[in-house]
Amino acid sequence: MMSAAPPRIRFRDAQIEMAHGAGGKASRRLVEGLFAPLLFGGCEEPLADAAHVSINGTRVAITTDSFVVKPLRFPGGSIGELAVNGTVNDLAVSGAVAENLVVTYVLEAGLPTEELEAEVRAMAEAAQRAGIAIVGGDTKVVEHGKGDRMYITSTGIGRPIPGLTVAPQSVRPGDVVLLSGPIGDHGITILLARGELDLEADICSDTRSVLPFVQLLVTAAGAGVRWMRDPTRGGVATSLNELARDCGLCVTVFEDRVPVRDVVRGACELLGLDPLHIANEGQFLAVVAPEYVDAALDAVRSTPGGSGCAVVGEIREEPAAVVLGITAYGGTRVIDMLVGDPLPRIC
Amino acid sequence: MKYVDEFREAGVIRKAAEEIRRLADPERQYRFMEVCGGHTHAIYRFGLKDLLPSNIELIHGPGCPVCVLPMGRIDDAVSIARDPNVIFTAFGDMMRVPGRDGSPLEHKARGMDVRTVYSPADTLKLAQKNPDRHVLFFAIGFETTAPSTALTLMRAKSLGLRNFSVFCNHVTIIPAIRAILDSPDMRIDAFIGPGHVSTVIGCRPYEWIAKNERKPIVVSGFEPVDILQAIVMLLRQLKAGEPKVENQYTRVVPWEGNRSALKAMAEVFELRPYFEWRGMGFISQSALRIRSSYAQWNAEERFPVPGVRVTDPKAAQCGEVLKGALKPAQCKLFGKECTPEHPIGALMVSSEGSCAAYYNYEHRKTALTSIGASA
Amino acid sequence: MCLAIPARVIEEANGGEFSRALVEVMGLRRHIDTGLLQDDPPRTGDWVLVHVGFAMSKISEDQALEQLRTLSQLGEQEAALSEVQGYEDS
Repeated sequence: MMSAAPPRIRFRDAQIEMAHGAGGKASRRLVEGLFAPLLFGGCEEPLADAAHVSINGTRVAITTDSFVVKPLRFPGGSIGELAVNGTVNDLAVSGAVAENLVVTYVLEAGLPTEELEAEVRAMAEAAQRAGIAIVGGDTKVVEHGKGDRMYITSTGIGRPIPGLTVAPQSVRPGDVVLLSGPIGDHGITILLARGELDLEADICSDTRSVLPFVQLLVTAAGAGVRWMRDPTRGGVATSLNELARDCGLCVTVFEDRVPVRDVVRGACELLGLDPLHIANEGQFLAVVAPEYVDAALDAVRSTPGGSGCAVVGEIREEPAAVVLGITAYGGTRVIDMLVGDPLPRIC
Repeated sequence: MKYVDEFREAGVIRKAAEEIRRLADPERQYRFMEVCGGHTHAIYRFGLKDLLPSNIELIHGPGCPVCVLPMGRIDDAVSIARDPNVIFTAFGDMMRVPGRDGSPLEHKARGMDVRTVYSPADTLKLAQKNPDRHVLFFAIGFETTAPSTALTLMRAKSLGLRNFSVFCNHVTIIPAIRAILDSPDMRIDAFIGPGHVSTVIGCRPYEWIAKNERKPIVVSGFEPVDILQAIVMLLRQLKAGEPKVENQYTRVVPWEGNRSALKAMAEVFELRPYFEWRGMGFISQSALRIRSSYAQWNAEERFPVPGVRVTDPKAAQCGEVLKGALKPAQCKLFGKECTPEHPIGALMVSSEGSCAAYYNYEHRKTALTSIGASA
Repeated sequence: MCLAIPARVIEEANGGEFSRALVEVMGLRRHIDTGLLQDDPPRTGDWVLVHVGFAMSKISEDQALEQLRTLSQLGEQEAALSEVQGYEDS
């Protein structure tokens, strides 16, 4: 098996575009080409959802995430909730249990206090549900017109789950790809909530902490869990492409087995979008050794909210570093990483 | 999803694929052109080439309205939209297409008011909601989309809306097919005809292809079953030796077309004497412009348009790929200087472009070296 | 070309110059313009093909079923033909 060191990418774009924040190829180029070389001190590890570091001999997991969403409130949640769940989830899929969060609010002058209060309450409730304590924070206010109402950053710290090592290098041909539930709910909810498309549907964001499901998975199949990720911006396709690149193997996706709600499918067909590219806020992907798959599925499916967990693919040797979609009738296509924001198309 | 899932059903697809294998003469090489970019996209997205015998080659045609637009038209529209009073609207397909000075999304990043719309009707609403701004709609598409733009202009006139105009880049499909057939280096055995264009123009406009050029043409839908069935019908025609126009997409395409839609188009549009097509030069009577009776809503009448002409970089072979003379991967810039992230031409960024389809869905399938191998 | 999808009319066109209908696709609802189908306006329950927010054509259930029927018989036709061939050759 070939070594999985990704190539050096130098960032050459003249200016920052929206695409650099979309979670796809452009984002990756920015992080790998500019931030990593300058900030991560020549560290060759593939970039992960959270960093596991040692402080005085104790292993600790730490991660940070920023939340920029319009509108702030949407069916199923709001920015305050996303800020908690997103960070708890990043820690969970890195194999750690979140303990504490610190949060930063950047507020736009003119924001009504009741909106701020609603988000802070939502954050408090989400923290309680997720079983974590928020222990500090910071606030800044920027001029009206410079801040899109509210940006939140949350930094989380947690305990690595003992005995669990998740790393793309441990993935082997024959391993199975699991997905916790239906995809696309969050991204489509946000798209519709913006109100620009004149589309109505009963759909809401899937934002939730995936930690309980990850813990069940690890208890049932711990030794066989190779890799996990939460497919947020850029969707499942982007996460699996990162895996394929980092492990150098082929990630095959059984297209007909990927769970998608009817309404999300309808929206994607109508707008010419691929559900695999749409953001999720309450799902996770796991690569599990084949002998542990049944136990893993049983464990996750047995709990409320986990019934949608499904086998969606497997790892193969070739074609290397590619995510390959296979249909029920044997048609194949490459599933690529998102380039920029998903744009509705008419052609 | 009704009228979709039944036409993606694995069992039916396999049967159609078997029929194709049975009908295809192993002594023959078949070259079928799918005219329409939507078919190119569907073929790749559904992995249909995997189901065809190796002696059937699918050639990608020029039916991608974004791909055939010369770059300069984007710069022309952008020059109008530089006025901060103007709101530039277009379908998502246009947003990443590069002009000489950048794509609409890049201009948006630099402060231009650029908005994606799903329907031309949205642009009218935008104009009504923003009476102090001017809404410019960058209209693209073949005859599938032109009637919607036409109706929208008729509505604008009816409403007496003063702050709205259309920058019209609608093109017509028949001249494009003619240009392909007139090309000396093209050898096409038969055509998979554009299903949605045909809901408007019907099937009669293709009769000359069968009668004069003696090539079969089957108007096809866009689901896997549709495309495979169209190929079955083409093979049967070639076997019988009597080329004709056939309609595979009968559930949606009326032989006579859509009279209302054609009427709306005739009311609002007239043919331009000629129009430049990327890679194919000037083709006469191949594009639409807004009639003088709608001059008030014609961006080209209301605003000074520089008429920017931008030539493609010398090494870019967009034209040959558009005509089907070259496969995307045969272009010297493919995958190197030209990728969906840094597109040189629209074929790499339009969702219907054959380069984008090939790059996104196909080209790494048989790669024996991975990105990481050479590290 | 161009993306067009089948949708079911749940509230029919109000007629008139700016004729619209409410359609549904897998639980999504959108108002669409039916101005291109003035000669035969769609009724509630009809299925239409929608492109850029406009109804382009009505979908014929009969034609769809006929097409699927033809395709499902593909293998059988072949068997029937070879049988006939067998009689002719003998």
